[in-house]
Amino acid sequence: MGHHIVVLGGGTGGTIAANRLRRELPADVAITVVDRDDDHVYQPGLLFLPFGLTGGQDLVRPRGRQLHGGIGFRDSAVDHVDIEGRTVSLEDGGVLSYDVLVVASGARLVPEDTDGLTGPGWLERVFTFYDLAGATALRDALARFDGGHLVVNVVDMPIKCPVAPLEFCFLADWYFRERGIRDRVRLTYVTPLDAAFTKPVAARTLAGLLADKGVELVTEFNTGTVDGAAGQLVSFDDRRVDFDLAVVVPAHGGASYVDRSDGLGDPLGFVPTDRHTLRSTVRPEIFVIGDAAAIPTSKAGSVTHFEGEVLTRNVMRHLAGQPLDASFDGHTNCFIESGFGKALLIDFNYDTEPLPGHFPTRAGLPLLAESRLNHLGKLMFAWLYWHVLLPGRDLPGVPTAMPTAGKHIPAPTP
Amino acid sequence: MPTVAFAGIDVTINDEGFFVDPDQWRSDMAPEIARQAGIVALTDRHWQVIEFMRREYAEKGTGPTVRALGKASGVGVKELYQLFPKGPAKVAAKIAGIPKPRGCI
Repeated sequence: MGHHIVVLGGGTGGTIAANRLRRELPADVAITVVDRDDDHVYQPGLLFLPFGLTGGQDLVRPRGRQLHGGIGFRDSAVDHVDIEGRTVSLEDGGVLSYDVLVVASGARLVPEDTDGLTGPGWLERVFTFYDLAGATALRDALARFDGGHLVVNVVDMPIKCPVAPLEFCFLADWYFRERGIRDRVRLTYVTPLDAAFTKPVAARTLAGLLADKGVELVTEFNTGTVDGAAGQLVSFDDRRVDFDLAVVVPAHGGASYVDRSDGLGDPLGFVPTDRHTLRSTVRPEIFVIGDAAAIPTSKAGSVTHFEGEVLTRNVMRHLAGQPLDASFDGHTNCFIESGFGKALLIDFNYDTEPLPGHFPTRAGLPLLAESRLNHLGKLMFAWLYWHVLLPGRDLPGVPTAMPTAGKHIPAPTP
Repeated sequence: MPTVAFAGIDVTINDEGFFVDPDQWRSDMAPEIARQAGIVALTDRHWQVIEFMRREYAEKGTGPTVRALGKASGVGVKELYQLFPKGPAKVAAKIAGIPKPRGCI
């Protein structure tokens, strides 16, 4: 008798999981993907949109069309999951029973969690580029901006793509130079972290790049209030940063149905998950892929891609009653656009921070250093995303486990 | 790594002052650590946060971020900053004898 796998979310993780599972499982296992809309947004493109480097319509494709044949697509928001009864209640009134649930509903922006952020000045002098509407509005605001203090502010961690706000700073420097008004624009990066980035070696490189480009750095700033009328960020410990234009990365939470589902999520709405098997720690038949998981990785498409292989194997092992494979190593791979047609590449996992060297071997792309090749890699990634990642194929030459061959790994300290 | 004495007992801390081994912590060490962090006296509200940090660490292997503390500890974010002015997640973790919260990556 066939099983039913329900996948909540038709974004990067849900699409990869459903396509990989469909390829591996017999036809009597039904797979249903649920999402509240049919707009699959290529989120890495949102960084480029405010600078006019891509058009908004180029970033969106139908969700259902990214799914292989034999996968059902249900276009409805989720009301809640009953983890005891193994059912998903949909907002359209439907109820789906599952044998395995794959939570792939990503992270949600919660600007309303920060006082004032969506108040006066929102989408006038306070913007985000973390969704399509925000990035589009910001493009128009940047085009009008002819001088003053532009502040890029991360409200709280975790966020999707933690390097994106830094990339925004680098691209802003490039953009205003191209327009010939860089000398009239002051750029400041305001972060709750104690450095430019979370990992020490990369943080030093990235802080150096900020300094080279004349971007000021304000650290350990926990934003309490965004006062759009006064043009001021106020931290919980009452520090203040004035701005003429603020680009804010709002706090993130899990999908709102997680909060309505007893026992499924943590206080922020992410699902507690074993970091090596990708099985939730709340129920054995619930697995988690991508940004929805409360695991110590970056919330990034590359992580989700690397998770796909282990997740698929473990859903199959669970269905077969076999022990799970605990091999996911937290592998993350990010291009960091640095402006002027260059980019850096970082590659790391749970145990190894981003290091210099080359990827995936000594003859590969330079790591933690600017190069044109990395910029081309970043541009090519858009094609790979739709044609290799989402169909659930492996990237040629890029293994699921983090490669060490080209990395300059320091000798262990005694 | 440095060794320091709290409440007359030697413990190991890292360069930033966080406990390396949370099992070395005892509740009578907390007031002394707090004083070093500039908190003169620990109130019941401080203790509510400290105990929450210990429980979270025991369950999840890392201390919570400020926002998670504000949502789940019963003490709101504004009050957390009044109680632990230099950064609630870090200071409370130090006083609770757990490693620096990872925040995220």
